[in-house]
Amino acid sequence: MGRIEAVFAAAPAKKPAFIGFAVAGDPDKATSIRIARALISGGTDILELGVPFSDPVADGPTIQKADERALAAGTTPDTVFEIVREIRKESEVPIVFLTYYNIVYRRGVRKFYKEAQEAGIDGILIADMPVEESGEVCAVAARCGIDPIFLITQTTSDERIKKIAANARGYLYLVAVLGVTGVRDQVSDGAIDLLNRVRRHTKLPLALGFGISTPAHARTCAHAGADGVIVGSAIVEIVEKNTGKPDRMERDLKAFVSQMKKAI
Amino acid sequence: MIQKGRYGQYGGQYVSETLMTALIELEGEYEKVRNDNRFASDLAALQTEYAGRETPLTFCPNASRELGCKIYLKREDLVHGGSHKLNNTLGQALLAKKMGKKRLIAETGAGQHGVATAIVGAALGMPVEVYMGEVDTVRQALNVFRMELMGAKVIPVKSGTRTLKDAINEALRDWVANVRDTYYLIGSVVGPHPYPLMVRDFQSVIGREAREQVMRKEGQLPDAVVACVGGGSNAIGIFHPFLADDVELIGVEAGGEGIETGKHSATLCAGNTGVLHGTLSYLLQDIDGQILPTHSISAGLDYPGVGPEHAMLKDNHRVTYVAVNDTEVLDAFRFLSKTEGIIPALESAHAVAYVQQNAERFDTDDIVIINLSGRGDKDVAEVAKMQGCL
Repeated sequence: MGRIEAVFAAAPAKKPAFIGFAVAGDPDKATSIRIARALISGGTDILELGVPFSDPVADGPTIQKADERALAAGTTPDTVFEIVREIRKESEVPIVFLTYYNIVYRRGVRKFYKEAQEAGIDGILIADMPVEESGEVCAVAARCGIDPIFLITQTTSDERIKKIAANARGYLYLVAVLGVTGVRDQVSDGAIDLLNRVRRHTKLPLALGFGISTPAHARTCAHAGADGVIVGSAIVEIVEKNTGKPDRMERDLKAFVSQMKKAI
Repeated sequence: MIQKGRYGQYGGQYVSETLMTALIELEGEYEKVRNDNRFASDLAALQTEYAGRETPLTFCPNASRELGCKIYLKREDLVHGGSHKLNNTLGQALLAKKMGKKRLIAETGAGQHGVATAIVGAALGMPVEVYMGEVDTVRQALNVFRMELMGAKVIPVKSGTRTLKDAINEALRDWVANVRDTYYLIGSVVGPHPYPLMVRDFQSVIGREAREQVMRKEGQLPDAVVACVGGGSNAIGIFHPFLADDVELIGVEAGGEGIETGKHSATLCAGNTGVLHGTLSYLLQDIDGQILPTHSISAGLDYPGVGPEHAMLKDNHRVTYVAVNDTEVLDAFRFLSKTEGIIPALESAHAVAYVQQNAERFDTDDIVIINLSGRGDKDVAEVAKMQGCL
């Protein structure tokens, strides 16, 4: 059983996994490792790491700026793999990459996945890779034992949900809003409808993300029966607010994750 | 094309899941109108009565004498709005209307596509919002005013390099959030399928007319057709109807301050393959796949990608892609103004510059068609400033 599968299998009934996101290399390599540690010690069940890209079109301003900070600090895929290896020395928490296809393409799909596997990556989500284009990536991922994670949105048809579910492993990332990443006021009814709609087509764990930032949001998702709750921009905002104050950043991140965990 | 939306290995649909349903819908609707006589006649009527087609193929006696070959200009500068961009916006806006979309969004670099979208928005009664890099809103301030005059809202983009690429990023983000009622009107043969196909089809009117006109005037096909390439819509528009002919096709990219300086936008000449804005093509990028900043004297060519069909035409050597630098472009801008009384857009001046720099390649009876994709009025203030005249 892979690390991701184990998390969902072990989760007590009705208690969703907490999935925390940070951009690898933001604001720099050393701090990024401390951020990962803080998220894990706060109780993060699955760690999502963004591999920064210069043109992250699926992301809102918060994560865009984090990508820019990481790139300005000289972060490359090599740096990101080093960060993963550091985390792996001390933790068995599943780690999932979120990135854009050009980063993977430039390095070579096989090389990227092989290096990811060797560093200890469990899943990879490519934000601009719809299932129709994912043949090669899914085949390579399978050979490397890496779960291909896919997005499903409110505009995804039932027919495509089936196609995506048939190719995905690990969990499905359900996009709770119509739009890019970023903090929102509330979890929309559309998100809950989506959860129920996808549930009819698959047994894969379903995680809700985009726009989820408060314990109340997390509770709403948990009550609706989500298997996972994904939080990105709210975490990245804590990083942004405390750049240059790593001790405080660590404390706030840990406290935030504990609070979210309690809510679900 | 060997499979849907592919040009050789290039093209495709690399977009976030939210947009896939919209693209699938767009593909289907476009396939319908492509074979619909009513749509064709509606578009033809607008092209004639509103846009001012067909545009002339102007013989240039003075430039021909100076350069030692027969120079013809395909006068897209005379299309309403001042560039070829309206060919595409008329087609796509008609389609958007047919699809029942309520709002048009667009990106713009030099402002010409933004202006052309503002025009169709006003003409067809649809609200328009245009994303434009903050840098470009400054260097093309007059076009911002033009768009606003026609009722469009211009949104300055402050992220990234604050130029065309970032304007596309923001337009894509807007589209993701408003995909149900919004139509994203892309201005070039870039982006995910079906955009490169659709824009090429709408722009091919340039080449179809030029081919007929040169046959009428000269009784033969031209020896060469030359066009500037940024995203590549005017070039593919004039090239496409000549692809099967024995005609040399030359695409001229923005060499900026020189390819060796790194300050250029010559994607096909100096880039390598990658995925940006939904399509696999050539890109200007670093070794890790991060997109590089670009430079050109003309905002309209300042883009780190290029249409996927051009990528294929480069690889199979059907089209030759070259680059000219900013100073050569300024020379050509003055040359055409002085010899023919036609002020070219700085973008189009790249094509003129290539012929000027390579005049010795052509014999006196060689026929060379240059696609004059836009008029230079928008650039006059900027060039005057460079010369210290303003």
